[in-house]
Amino acid sequence: MDRSIEFHEVSYRLGQHDLVKQLSLQVQSGDTLMLLGRSGCGKTTILKLINGLLKPTSGQVCVGGQSTAQWDLIHLRRQIGYVIQEVGLFPHFTVTQNVGLVPSLLGWTPGQIQSRVYELLELVGLPPAQFAKRYPHQLSGGQRQRIGVARALAADPPFLLMDEPFGALDSISRVDLQQEFLRIQQYLGKTIVFVTHDVQEALLLGTKIGLVQAGKLLSFTSPQEFLASPSPEIQAFLQGFHQVAQVYRRLGQDRSGDE
Amino acid sequence: MNNFWNSYGAEILQRTGEHLLLVVISTGVAVLIGLPLGIAIARKPRLSPWLLGFTNIVQTIPSLALFGLLIPLPLLGGIGTRTATIALILYALLPIVRNTYLGITGVDTAVIEAALGMGMTSWQRLVRVELPLALSAILAGIRTATVIGVGVATIAAAIGAGGLGVFIFRGVAVVDHGLILAGAVPAAGMAIALDAALAWLEHRLHIRS
Repeated sequence: MDRSIEFHEVSYRLGQHDLVKQLSLQVQSGDTLMLLGRSGCGKTTILKLINGLLKPTSGQVCVGGQSTAQWDLIHLRRQIGYVIQEVGLFPHFTVTQNVGLVPSLLGWTPGQIQSRVYELLELVGLPPAQFAKRYPHQLSGGQRQRIGVARALAADPPFLLMDEPFGALDSISRVDLQQEFLRIQQYLGKTIVFVTHDVQEALLLGTKIGLVQAGKLLSFTSPQEFLASPSPEIQAFLQGFHQVAQVYRRLGQDRSGDE
Repeated sequence: MNNFWNSYGAEILQRTGEHLLLVVISTGVAVLIGLPLGIAIARKPRLSPWLLGFTNIVQTIPSLALFGLLIPLPLLGGIGTRTATIALILYALLPIVRNTYLGITGVDTAVIEAALGMGMTSWQRLVRVELPLALSAILAGIRTATVIGVGVATIAAAIGAGGLGVFIFRGVAVVDHGLILAGAVPAAGMAIALDAALAWLEHRLHIRS
């Protein structure tokens, strides 16, 4: 099956503003594209154009080789796991019901759903015996985001859209989840579009990095190319990263000097 | 007192029954009409100012006037229970429509976005997400409608629909406080009892969800 995502000169206009301008890009099957940019640059809009929550004003978005205008959107969305920034768990559902939602929409049997939910809770590091029957308000922010990720993975969709899924986490939980993400992605091999404003996260998780500014794609590179790029926009983004690297090196030298 | 009960006891029970029937039927019908209307305007917000405006205007018409205005209408009007029921339905509509609308549109946008993004159909979103999350608001609307209904239904006696209002009108006409209280006390009790019953239901459903 074709698992690519393609944008052909896509624009999205809201009122007087172009939120996305003449955007073209191609995500290959199994790639993780990190859309990197400052807040308000149009990253989230790009995601919503992929699962048809928004329709392009002009141009064409193709998912799995077929334009979203031709897809039955309900059918399309059930093949695309979607993790949103605010998580959006259903407050009246237990963890099990939340995670098992798409499988239940697809008509799986309760037994199948149950075992799938348990498998996924293990995967995101929340012991099912402890968490399966809880309601979202009985979870911490980090646990909710894990459930959000588990819910998106539930029906094993070929595509995954993630909108700053680790945004609300403390740095330790974030590193934890990023490591898990890498591990999971290694054997799931999904086509992923991942929105972030964190350059470190983009370099760590992406196979491709797309730099977005004012609704335009400024660059589309591998993480290696990104690091080596002389482009001033990329350098501006890397500034903070270099600083951290510098501090890290300096502290490391100090310590070795002590010994 | 004993004497009063001997002469009016049976009629008080009969009028209370009539009154309860008026309120339950009209509120029930108002739920059947108001719930779909509330859902409809939640889905098509452009319609909401029109419908909410209409139900608001109905609410501002003095109840005695509304009963009177309905009498000359063909099919709907006339003297008696049917006209009273229609007026009571119109009164009950506003709180039910408005609370349904507010309950549904008040569901967290992130939750709605998640529901859409996961590929729920419009119907699945309504039944599995929006209505359950709007439930306590909807029940609160039904409670308000019921309590208003018990009060307004006392006026229905003016157009021959019976109910506890019969005592009140009779008591006012002959300046007999006992008679007025014979209508007013059971009506107040009924309002309190229905309100408590619905509050209990609301609480139970909330605990479950």
